[in-house]
Amino acid sequence: MRIQLIGTIALVRKETGRVLRIWVQTLIPPGITMSLYFIIFGTLIGKRIGEMEGFPYMEYIAPGLVMMSVITNSYGNVVGSFFNAKIQGHIEELLVSPLSEVSIVIGYLAGGIIRGLAVATVVTFIALFFTQINIKHPLMTLFVIIMTAGVFSLAGLINAIFAKKFDDIAVIPSFVLAPLTYLGGVFYTVSLLPEFWQTLSRFNPILYMINSMRYSVIGISDVSIQNALMMIVVFFILLFSSAVILLKKGIGIRQ
Amino acid sequence: MQNAFGMHALSIKDLSKKYKSGVEALKSVSFDVKEGDFFALLGPNGAGKTTAIGIITSLVNKSSGSIEVFGHDLDKELAKAKSCIGVVPQEVNLNLFDYNFNILVNQAGFYGIPRSEGKKRAEQYLKQMQLWEKRKTNARSLSGGMKRRLMVARALVNRPKLLLLDEPTAGVDIETRRMMWDFLRDLNANGTTIILTTHYLEEAEQLCNKVAIIDEGKIIENDSMHNVLKKLKTEVFILNTEKPLDKAPEIDGYTTALKSPQEIEITVSQEQGVNDAFSTLQTSGVKVLSMRNKNSRLEELFLDLTKGQPGEGE
Repeated sequence: MRIQLIGTIALVRKETGRVLRIWVQTLIPPGITMSLYFIIFGTLIGKRIGEMEGFPYMEYIAPGLVMMSVITNSYGNVVGSFFNAKIQGHIEELLVSPLSEVSIVIGYLAGGIIRGLAVATVVTFIALFFTQINIKHPLMTLFVIIMTAGVFSLAGLINAIFAKKFDDIAVIPSFVLAPLTYLGGVFYTVSLLPEFWQTLSRFNPILYMINSMRYSVIGISDVSIQNALMMIVVFFILLFSSAVILLKKGIGIRQ
Repeated sequence: MQNAFGMHALSIKDLSKKYKSGVEALKSVSFDVKEGDFFALLGPNGAGKTTAIGIITSLVNKSSGSIEVFGHDLDKELAKAKSCIGVVPQEVNLNLFDYNFNILVNQAGFYGIPRSEGKKRAEQYLKQMQLWEKRKTNARSLSGGMKRRLMVARALVNRPKLLLLDEPTAGVDIETRRMMWDFLRDLNANGTTIILTTHYLEEAEQLCNKVAIIDEGKIIENDSMHNVLKKLKTEVFILNTEKPLDKAPEIDGYTTALKSPQEIEITVSQEQGVNDAFSTLQTSGVKVLSMRNKNSRLEELFLDLTKGQPGEGE
């Protein structure tokens, strides 16, 4: 047990250290991207849109933009880190050690969550230059950020476990994650959509995450907040278990 | 597992591995390595050496069979077995972007060694491997030989009772190889059991007291180095002569050939010895300045046992 604790701390330290050591790659790009979103969608286009659900457009989209950065960055962090370890071969440092699969998953998960939290802080700070943010439910906000970062870190880990070439880690973010995020209600309320598209949107898990964030920050949501939070927790448990099982079976890492 | 002859560091029983491609890398392989042995696992490329090491270190899933490391069954007590093992793989598998010092400290951590102790060990082994000056650079800036030494240091950071070395001196210069040999001899003398795979058979002959030869997934020889070398029926020597010769001198009972004007190749069977050959040469007025083995003795035997097959890659 002591070995697992020390080993997990060592891996958490290594993975979080990586995020902070290469901060120019991990923290600056999302800051620049989100600044552009705030300028274009908030300041330039947002003024013409006016209010959304009773809130200035900029204030309405800010929580969604924070969540969008969290999703992209936590996923990218873990998929990149684990896949690089596979390609360079130093994943074997972990595989030959007595570290358990649960400890390995926790280590990579921590790296993704730390990156998600760091990016959320950077983007929130940038948002303050464009709009006021009065967080209604601070603890829930923190919970939603951590759990969503966790869900996408685990998804990134599973992607990296299966990936055999660099294309395999680029496909999911480009062709799955990005469309689901943009269609997950970052820039609009789903009530604006025709009924068919509203129903379809409800099958998009990212809709629940973005609305959880919006609810915890400004107090409104397109979906039931209980259902949304429960969905995040269920996804987290499912993906965590899947990642542990895949590592135990040695899929993608043991011949 | 304890037996009458002491603890087995490694006990392999009926180990088989069939890859998805259909290749049978190991066919019911069994052998034991006693605690304190310096054990050579030899074989041509593709014989199954790296697969065996991969299974012992749990990087490769076995098809069947069992493995115990210091009495810990890999199927039942994997973590305990892994804690006893250090491994230097054939391919460089370092995090090329991390600092060399951090690589060792992190590896110690993965074995449950607290960070403060991990730092002390990292310093100790980086100094022993003459890499302390490189502690603040990252692994990609190291030469090939330095990377190998860093991998050895990394494998030692958990102070393993069983050290697995898969071609540890491949591609390193002579000076580094000799330094590694001295280091490994000391390590073995201090109680670490070592299993070595190498293509430098001179290396195995110099270092190891036990040897197993694996070919096409089967163990074809497994004995002490002394007994294995005794099986060598003939040895080939090169004699350097003082003066150039036109043709190879004829010596009764020996096969000779002229390799160059001042080099005679002579094949000597184990029963014959070399005295008669030298007497004949002296009578013929041929003065021999020096003599050396054409190949290492183990190499001769290896080529004989494996029929000189070059192999097809691991």
